[in-house]
Amino acid sequence: MRRLYAVIRAASFLLLATAAWARIGTLVQQAPPKSTAVSDPFEGQQQAQLAGAKLFARECAACHGLDAGGKGKVPPLNQADVREAKPGALFWVLRNGSLKRGMPSFAHLPEPQRWQIIAYLKTLKRR
Amino acid sequence: MKTDSKRCSRQASWLVFAGVFLSPSYALAGEGPFFVTYTHQMEEPGNLEITTKNVTGKPTGGERFLGSALEFEYGLKAWWTTEVYLDGQTTAHDSTVFTGYRWENRFRVLPREHWINPVLYVEFEDINGADKSLLEVVDNDGEADLTGLNSENRIEKKREIEAKLILGSYFKGWTFAENFIAEKNVRHAPFEFGYAVGISRPLALAARPDRCNFCPENFQAGVELYGGLGTHENFGLFDTSHYVAPTLGWTLANGPRFTVSPTFGITETSARFLLRFAVSYELDQFGRSARRLFRNNGVGQ
Repeated sequence: MRRLYAVIRAASFLLLATAAWARIGTLVQQAPPKSTAVSDPFEGQQQAQLAGAKLFARECAACHGLDAGGKGKVPPLNQADVREAKPGALFWVLRNGSLKRGMPSFAHLPEPQRWQIIAYLKTLKRR
Repeated sequence: MKTDSKRCSRQASWLVFAGVFLSPSYALAGEGPFFVTYTHQMEEPGNLEITTKNVTGKPTGGERFLGSALEFEYGLKAWWTTEVYLDGQTTAHDSTVFTGYRWENRFRVLPREHWINPVLYVEFEDINGADKSLLEVVDNDGEADLTGLNSENRIEKKREIEAKLILGSYFKGWTFAENFIAEKNVRHAPFEFGYAVGISRPLALAARPDRCNFCPENFQAGVELYGGLGTHENFGLFDTSHYVAPTLGWTLANGPRFTVSPTFGITETSARFLLRFAVSYELDQFGRSARRLFRNNGVGQ
């Protein structure tokens, strides 16, 4: 009987942990639907992508790497999930950051500069 | 053994400094072009920003002075920034003195960005009466505090706890910041109050694609207004100093930032005119570089 209780407790714990993990997901997945509906005004514009590359080198490369391949615990940004993410979701991540995960907010950058970074992120491919 | 360990530590320290200062990595410095007002922007985790903030002026009945604060700002967490200031000043026909230190911490309260964002600020300062860095104005601080001999002024000890409520917002490229200040000498004296508000905007919102020093997005213009609000026994504007200061920040493409702010006193007790200027440089991921250097040199093993 005691063993049965232990198994039930372990199963409940695993279930809760899985549910919590699923809820956390990636940062991009946490963006509310209202934010993801917003589109990038610079999408596909080469000048904006170049400006975004400059801003990326200045603001993001120290943690994510100049090639956006990630560093240590900092995730890579040259992945399909970033490339395929909705621009609005990426914009939401840049605006809010995640204090828990050590990602600062970049709300201090004017909105056009954040969109330029996103335009550049969309061009990144894994090397 | 002890000597070896000492030598090793010394070498490692030199390596840390050489490593970080010769490193090509940098980030844009700081929280806008303000000298007194804080925005809710936190230092990025692991980054170290070094700033020298200076103020010069000639108070009525006193000598020209240059007050300086050397600031080391480090991002411990995305929600926690800590800073150490070393203050000093030099007065014409008098002397140059070290006036004390400050240790401050800022804590971001809300995890997400909102239309208004609170940050809590707590500072301990151990300075003396000769301090002229003017990093805040509280109570009835005024022009009279900037006069007198250094040898006499430095006798007065000021060990104070200061708290601030920082409120900040970003709206369409504009930065708005409001600070409410409460300060208390740990030994005696009443609570002293002050305020600071600021507004700023970069000259261009979108970045240019080329790497340039004179791109308009590298310039930030703004204005700040700050002053004292008396004490809890005598709260209000009576006999207090207030300043209005247009300010301009310029960030070079390779990282250093220059800020200048002509400051005008707008009440009887304020100094008529002060000129503030600052230079800052941010070292990206200083914490990580330092850790790596110590690890590679086997220090601490």
